[in-house]
Amino acid sequence: MNRRTLALTTALGLLAALPAAAEVKVGMITTLSGGGASLGIDTRDGFLLAIEQAGRDDVEVVVEDDQQKPEVAVQLADKMIQSEKVDVLTGIVWSNLAMAVVPAATAQGLFYLSTNAAPAQLAGAGCNPNYFSVSYQNDNLHEAAGAYATQEGFQKTFILAPNYPAGQDSLNGFKRFYEGELAGEIYTTLGQTDYAAEIAQIRASGADSVFFFLPGGMGISFLKQYADSGVDLPLVGPAFSFDQNILQAVGDAAVGVKNTSSWSKDLDNAANAAFVDAYSEKYGRLPSIYAAQGYDTANLLLSAIDKADVNDDAAFGAALKEADFDSVRGSFSFAANNHPIQNLYTREVIKEGDVFTNKIVATAMENRDNAYVGDCKM
Amino acid sequence: MSPTLIAEQVLNGLQSGIMLFLMAAGLTLIFGVMGLINLAHGSLYMVGAFCAAATAAATGSYALGLVGALAGAAAAGALIELAVIRRLYGRDHLDQVLATFALILIFSEGTRWLFGSFPLYLDVPPALSGPVTLPFGIQYPLYRLTLIGAGLALAAALFWLIGRTRLGIRIRAGENDREMIAALGVNIDALYTLVFALGAALAGLAGALVGTLQSVQVGMGEPVLILAFVTIVIGGIGSIRGALVGALLVGLTGTLGSVFLPEFFKLFMPPSEATQTGSALASMAIYILMAAVLVWKPTGLYGVRT
Repeated sequence: MNRRTLALTTALGLLAALPAAAEVKVGMITTLSGGGASLGIDTRDGFLLAIEQAGRDDVEVVVEDDQQKPEVAVQLADKMIQSEKVDVLTGIVWSNLAMAVVPAATAQGLFYLSTNAAPAQLAGAGCNPNYFSVSYQNDNLHEAAGAYATQEGFQKTFILAPNYPAGQDSLNGFKRFYEGELAGEIYTTLGQTDYAAEIAQIRASGADSVFFFLPGGMGISFLKQYADSGVDLPLVGPAFSFDQNILQAVGDAAVGVKNTSSWSKDLDNAANAAFVDAYSEKYGRLPSIYAAQGYDTANLLLSAIDKADVNDDAAFGAALKEADFDSVRGSFSFAANNHPIQNLYTREVIKEGDVFTNKIVATAMENRDNAYVGDCKM
Repeated sequence: MSPTLIAEQVLNGLQSGIMLFLMAAGLTLIFGVMGLINLAHGSLYMVGAFCAAATAAATGSYALGLVGALAGAAAAGALIELAVIRRLYGRDHLDQVLATFALILIFSEGTRWLFGSFPLYLDVPPALSGPVTLPFGIQYPLYRLTLIGAGLALAAALFWLIGRTRLGIRIRAGENDREMIAALGVNIDALYTLVFALGAALAGLAGALVGTLQSVQVGMGEPVLILAFVTIVIGGIGSIRGALVGALLVGLTGTLGSVFLPEFFKLFMPPSEATQTGSALASMAIYILMAAVLVWKPTGLYGVRT
């Protein structure tokens, strides 16, 4: 090969390589500071792990911190759409932020893939062909808790949740599949940290079990105070209060508690085993449900990029809808309103060596879609 | 609604009020003596809880954890007084609010940088865990009972310190006339640093005591700070006695409101709507109380400032 041919080959090679760089630009808006930061950090880490494992240079991810504030999320979305020119948005943890960003983004023709928040408003009448929830529909985990309580034969469950939209969805979701009677129903203040009054009411109510949805620090406070109160009725809750990062702060108080989840680190499939190993190896901690959902979202996106051009809305939407990727949740497909059809499991909090974690004990619901499919016209 | 349940809820209200007093006392002392609005007081509460969790984890001793909380919060308080707060005494309240708000952000991100984003673990010591049975068959957690006792003892110590000691005389004098006590040879700078560290230590201790029941995490001080401000406004700004009465009122109103308002609405509404309406009203109860007190006494219950 003479020098001229070599130069020509190199030039051609470069030309071929150029268009391949950053064909799809992803904007990730998630919570990286403040009290809820651990959720966003896990979402980001799970998402980036999948991109890194794929070893691709045609996907560029821009990550920004929404500080858990709707107004910041809206500003970031505007910036990402107008100056960064992203094709896909993702990453929002909180339903109120999702409501502030998603409808506007999809109206401008962007794709939004939800790694967590999936409010009822976006599943029913407000559904959109460009909006996909890769996590669940907000009611799902609570529905599974209701189904579990029924399976378990609980007759008088005491239920409580914070007084805000997701809290109201949660109690409605629980009641949808719970067949016993309620010993009591309480809405607590959002952000409340002292549950002495509620625990005294539970003690006095004659309940045989307790269902609670108290995400983040609220759940830690409740569990610790409950364990110390001497009330020992069985507890049921959604995975949010028993997530990998929270359990270490609750300690022994959580051991034995049943919770419902779409994912668990011991789910028996090859994709999940590989994910748990790679995540623990790279970040030095066990993954949480948020990490798993971030990882699945990235893999779903990559599968669609292989099949269709992101600028061709119809084709790209169809490619996403096929859900042709190895989910860490095993069986996974999309219902008519672009929300998952998946199994929901009952887990139990256990202690493995020094680490508190969960193990699956039963399947609470098989191939559950959601209550809003019929309301979605698209 | 049995009498034992009502008695238990009164104890709960008392306990949350006493803990609130520890926060509010420092806040009102600093405002009363130095005329400073310190929004970063909630951060000192958080610093106390984190110091307690870290010390307890390292030594395995809860008591040492409390010592760590006192020392850590007092040191953090003295440090920010020397570095930042000192420059704000002569400025107007808006400057103080801005600067101390910046301190909140610095403390939050600093704590995250040191300890990470995930909540820490601080458990009730085994000797104080579990419930005890009180007269009339009331079951009550021993730890919360201890908090009530410890809080009352601290309140008594604080009243003694302010009312009966030489330091207390200087603090009260500084509240009334700063120039005069400086002219009398009191080192006013050192006095202010000391008062600030004392307020910080009280907040830090409250953080550690309450953090044991709750989650030790970044941002835990902000909700308490709002309640502490409500407390000192109700009690009258600058008054320690007002802080105690205000804290007990807020604690009891918050607890009893959240229990009995939904029950009350159930008398004439379907249960599901009643819990929602009652809960919504219960979250407002404390602010309604504050408004009512201010209508009746515009400077708070024990307030003198206008």
